[in-house]
Amino acid sequence: MLHMSFGANDLIFMLKGAGVTLAITFWSVAFGTLLGLCFGVVRSEGPWYLSAPLGFFLDIFRSVPLLIQFVLFNAANSMFATNLPVFAIACVVLAIYTASYCTEIVRAGILAVPQTTRRAARSLGLSYSQDLTDIVFPIALKVVLPNWISLTLGVMKDTSLVLWIGITELLRASQTIVTRTQEPLLVLAIAGAIYFAMSFPVGRLGMWLEKKWAAQ
Amino acid sequence: MHYTFHWETAFKAMPQLLWGAATTLEIAALSMIFGIALAIMLALFAQSQNPVLKAIHVTWVEIARNTPALFQVYMVYFGLGSLGLRLDSFPSLVAGVTFNNAGYLAEAFRGGLHAIPETQVRAARSLGMTAPQVFISIVLPQLFRIVFYPITNQIVWAILMTSLGVVVGLTDDLMGVTQQLNVVTFRTFEYFTIAAVLYYLLAKSVTVTARLMAGRLFRY
Repeated sequence: MLHMSFGANDLIFMLKGAGVTLAITFWSVAFGTLLGLCFGVVRSEGPWYLSAPLGFFLDIFRSVPLLIQFVLFNAANSMFATNLPVFAIACVVLAIYTASYCTEIVRAGILAVPQTTRRAARSLGLSYSQDLTDIVFPIALKVVLPNWISLTLGVMKDTSLVLWIGITELLRASQTIVTRTQEPLLVLAIAGAIYFAMSFPVGRLGMWLEKKWAAQ
Repeated sequence: MHYTFHWETAFKAMPQLLWGAATTLEIAALSMIFGIALAIMLALFAQSQNPVLKAIHVTWVEIARNTPALFQVYMVYFGLGSLGLRLDSFPSLVAGVTFNNAGYLAEAFRGGLHAIPETQVRAARSLGMTAPQVFISIVLPQLFRIVFYPITNQIVWAILMTSLGVVVGLTDDLMGVTQQLNVVTFRTFEYFTIAAVLYYLLAKSVTVTARLMAGRLFRY
């Protein structure tokens, strides 16, 4: 009988998958945060005729399963013959998804800055943009950062869905190995441990920051 | 763009899609009912003095929060299978989403239990109520008010999470039905757009219902 069980090569294959998971997370969170920052300022500072439609539009991405968003973007990519690689589609979809959450986080952060503080800044002669960058952003950061960290971890976990459009990330890599070795419990436990190792320390850091800043 | 939309064909499948949506709601409802029950149990475990119960709470919550939901569904579907417990995709999905719901809600319930003053429990006990009576008629109603918003959020999450069933071969929920139609007709964009709209309506109807209910329930 041909004996092929889990070996070192398989572990390397899974770690490469984890690398893909992290790469997708990085690009989508980077672009998503940038977009979310702009949208968040519009949502909290902009006029209602910009803020309300933007809020409605972004809410769609939070109310439709991510899996469907991947499928639709993938289908649109073939329809319009844009020929983006699937990796780029994954990043675009996740970046918009990240932005839709990040916008609300940034908005909540900006709204948490007391109006009196901002009026005081303006009375001292700071311009509107100085008020925003030197007063509002530093104060809002304390509200925003813990939520932003848990959003990043959420996106990292949601990258597992890209296996459906054919990207070999950590979970898909594990599945491939399971098909060969027929040891699902062992392989999945390792995959789970890798996810846990990527998520848990960062999550703890977020909780620690939140506690530290809440005390101040 | 050399693509012709076939919306009429897609709309003909509406009855099937709506039945799928009903199954989606059924899975979400089951996973929420079990999830809330387990979350209350886990929150009580966290308060107990027993180290084993505490460890169960910590392990459950940390695994649920630090691994992808799809991984959790996989673990039930493929992982338990190798232990001799072979579940179909439907119960696997319900179990996976329940596990996730319970893990996230447990934290909300734990915070809620903290918010209820210990003095109220003591007052009720000294009035002659038994411990279960105190829990059911004093603690739970107040707890419910605190966790109402997190529960609403989790219901929406549960509805969206049920779409993962298709990855483990579920064919009769909204996502599964859509995928079956897609495989037969290759009208991917049309069918999944309709499915997206249906999911959106499901999610929004939960949010709106919850808001209306909150207005009536929490008047005082």
